[in-house]
Amino acid sequence: MAKKIATIPFQGTPQQEAQLLEVISELKAEQGCLMPIMQKAQEIYGYLPIEVQTIIAEQLNIPLEKVYGVATFYAQFTLSPKGRYRISVCLGTACYVKGAGILLEKLQEKLGIGVGEITPDGKFSLDDCRCVGACGLAPVVMVNDDVYGRLVGQAEEIDEILAKYAD
Amino acid sequence: MKTLQDLVAIREQMAREVALRIEEEADSKYEKHVLICGGTGCTSSGSAKVIEKLEEELETYGLTEKVQVVKTGCFGLCALGPIMIVYPEATFYSKVDVNEIHRIVKEHLRDGNPVKEFLYDETVTDHGILHLNETAFYKKQHRVALRNCGVINPECVNEYIGRHGYEALGKVLTSMTQDEVIQCILDSGLRGRGGGGFPTGMKWRLAKNLVPDADIKYVCCNADEGDPGAFMDRSILEGDPHVVLEAMAIAGYAIGAKQGYIYVRAEYPIAVERLTIAIRQAREVGMLGKDIFGTGFDFDIDLRLGAGAFVCGEETALMTSIEGNRGEPRPRPPFPAEKGLFQKPTVLNNVETYANIPQIILNGAEWFAAMGTEKSKGTKVFALGGKIKNTGLVEIPMGTTLREVIEEIGGGIPNGKKFKAAQTGGPSGGCIPAQHMDIPIDYDNLIGIGSMMGSGGLIVLDEDNCMVDIAKFFLEFTVDESCGKCTPCRIGTRRMYEILDKITKGQGTLEDIDKLEQLCNYVKANSLCGLGQTAPNPVLSTLRYFRDEYIAHVVEKRCPAGVCKSLLSYEIIKDKCIGCGMCAKQCPASAISKTDYVAPGKKLPALAIDPNTCVKCGACVAKCKFGAIIKK
Repeated sequence: MAKKIATIPFQGTPQQEAQLLEVISELKAEQGCLMPIMQKAQEIYGYLPIEVQTIIAEQLNIPLEKVYGVATFYAQFTLSPKGRYRISVCLGTACYVKGAGILLEKLQEKLGIGVGEITPDGKFSLDDCRCVGACGLAPVVMVNDDVYGRLVGQAEEIDEILAKYAD
Repeated sequence: MKTLQDLVAIREQMAREVALRIEEEADSKYEKHVLICGGTGCTSSGSAKVIEKLEEELETYGLTEKVQVVKTGCFGLCALGPIMIVYPEATFYSKVDVNEIHRIVKEHLRDGNPVKEFLYDETVTDHGILHLNETAFYKKQHRVALRNCGVINPECVNEYIGRHGYEALGKVLTSMTQDEVIQCILDSGLRGRGGGGFPTGMKWRLAKNLVPDADIKYVCCNADEGDPGAFMDRSILEGDPHVVLEAMAIAGYAIGAKQGYIYVRAEYPIAVERLTIAIRQAREVGMLGKDIFGTGFDFDIDLRLGAGAFVCGEETALMTSIEGNRGEPRPRPPFPAEKGLFQKPTVLNNVETYANIPQIILNGAEWFAAMGTEKSKGTKVFALGGKIKNTGLVEIPMGTTLREVIEEIGGGIPNGKKFKAAQTGGPSGGCIPAQHMDIPIDYDNLIGIGSMMGSGGLIVLDEDNCMVDIAKFFLEFTVDESCGKCTPCRIGTRRMYEILDKITKGQGTLEDIDKLEQLCNYVKANSLCGLGQTAPNPVLSTLRYFRDEYIAHVVEKRCPAGVCKSLLSYEIIKDKCIGCGMCAKQCPASAISKTDYVAPGKKLPALAIDPNTCVKCGACVAKCKFGAIIKK
C-alpha cells in the first residue's frame, strides 16, 4: 500500500522528543520492542515523520530502512499528519454491502479531499479503514473515537455529523 | 489465592450472586441485576450514557442497595443495541434511549412492572413477556465459547471465578499430567476456530514433543481478527477476557511454556483495555505469575498490538510481527511447533479455540465430542451481518443448517428482498448460494461447496448485491493486504483485480473469464501463505455459482443487480412523467431536458435523460415522486 509522505515541515517539540526518548529507554530491553515503540511514538507526534523514525533507529542502533520498512508495512502507521478530526469510513464487508462505498464518495465530495488527504485548514482528514467490528451497525463512520452507525448516506445526515465538529 | 480450595471458596460465594442471571437458585445481595452491554456495538450506540443515567436515577429513587448495575460484554444482538437485560425476570430492553431510563427505573425497578413499550417487541406477547432465551434469536443457540459473554462483568475476575473460572487451570495443575491434558483436547475433537481447522490437540502434542530439549517455548494467541465482517474474537475478548488467559496457561502447562503473547488488533480499543485489566487482575489473584496454585508452575502473558495488516493473521507472519518486523510469512516447514516465535517451539491458537478449552477440561472430552458432526465437534460462533434482520453474534452447534441460521435465528432478509448468497470465510472464503442452504455447516461441508468456515464471518447478500462486484471487493482487499513477498500473490491478485474491474466496467470478454479462472488456479497453487492460496476463492466460488452474472456483464453489458455503475442507465418513462422538472433541478450534470411529448392526461411535456452526459449518480430517481425514472 503506497503511503503519502508529509509535505509540511516537521514541527516536533523538545518535550515530545524527551517523551519519546523515555519510552525508548523503558522498552528497549524487550524482545521485539520496535513496534510498541513506534506505536507510542505515533501517539506522541500524531504521525511518524522521517525525523522521528531517525531518532528511533539511532536509539535502537538499527538501520533507518528497517524502521521505515515497518512504518510502511502496517496500515496503522502514518507518515503524514492527520486532521484534528480524523474521519474514517469502515470498508469491511458488512459495511460495504450496505453502501459504505457511497458514503465515502459523498464525504469526499463534501470535504473536497480524497482518501488519505487532509483539508487545507487541518481540520478534517479522510480515510477508509479496515473492519472496526461494529458490523451490527453497518455502515459505520468514525470521527476520532466517536462511532456513527446505521447511516443511510443522505447528504443531510453527513452535514449533521460534520456540524458536530464545527469549532 | 494459593490453593484450589481458596478458589472454590471464592467461587461458592460469587456463584450465589451470578446465579441470579442464569436462572439458578440465587442468594444475591441485590434484588435485581441490570445488565447492560458494554461491547463495541452497544458502546457505539451509546450504552455508556445509558449506564450513567441509570446510576443517577437509581440514586434518586434510593435503589442503589437493591439494584446492581453490571456492564457486560456482548449479548450478541448488536442490531438492537444498546441492550439492557433485567434479572431475575430476564426482560429484554432493546435500543434503550437515555430518555427511557427514568420510566424503567420508576415503573420496573421500583414498582416491578416492566415498561412494555420499551421492550424488544418480539418478547411482548399476548401470554405475557417472553424470557430472553425464548426469543427466536437465542432459542437455537448453544453457548460454549460465549457462555460468559453478556452474563458477567468482564472487568471483575471474581465474577469469572463465580462461573467456575480458573478451576480448569487448577484441575490441570493439581491432578493431570501434560500428556493427559493433550489427550483430553485430542479426544474432544476440537479443531482450530481461526479458519484452518487443524486439530488443536495435535498442535499441542507436536509443540511438546518435537524439540524435547528446548529451553524456552511460547504460547501465542491470535487475536488479530482481520476478516472484514468478523467480530467473534473481539466479543469474546470484550466479554470474557479471563477465559483466554486461563486457556493459554493450560496450554503453557501442556507444552512446557512459561510465557504467552496475545497479538490483538489495535483497532479494538475496548478489547485491549479489558485484556489489560484482566491480565493485571489475574496477576493480583495469582492466576498468572510465579508458582500458580502453589504447584511451582510459572506462567505470564504480555500483549502485543497489531498495527493493521491482514496477513498477520497467518501464523508465521504473526510471529514475525511480534518479533518487531514487517509481518511477512515464512515458508513452512519448519512449523511453529518446531521453530516458532524467536525460533522457539510455539503453540498458536485463535481466541475462540482457547475459549473452548476450560470447558473441555472441566466437562470432559466426551461432553464436547457429543456436540456437532462427525468430523467437526462442538459449536461455532458466527458473526451475522449484511442483509439480515438480526445482525449480531450467534453460537450454534456444528451441523446446524445455513437456513436455520439465516431464517430462524437471523430473522430473514429485511425489506422483503430475496436471499442471494451467504459469504463465509471473508476474503479467503466463498459464497454459498440458495441451493446449498440446507447443508449442515461444518468444516468439510463448507470446503466441499467451495467456501470455507473461516473465522466465522457470515455476510448475507440479497438480490441487490452484484456477485462480480463482491468478488472485486474482496480482490481489492487482498491486493491491498498482500505483503508482497511472493510473486503469485503480489502480482497475480493485482492482475485478477484488473480483469474483474474490466468486467464490471463492461469492457470484459469471454476470454477474460477463462483467463481469470486460470489465474485463480495458478495463484492458489503457487502462493507462499494462506493469504495468497485462498485469495482466489471469492472469484472461484462466484464463478461456480453465479457464472450467469459474469456472462451478463460481458456479453449483454448489463449488471443484473444494478450495482456496477458503468453498466447502468437511467431512463424516464415518458407516460408517467408529469414534467415537473424536479429531477432536472437535482441533476448535477444537467443531463435532463424537456421533450416535445406530452403524456395523455398530463399538462407539461415529459423530460428525458441524455445518456451521454448522465453521470449515473441516481439523484433523479430519489427525487421523483411519481416513480417515473427507472434504473436499468
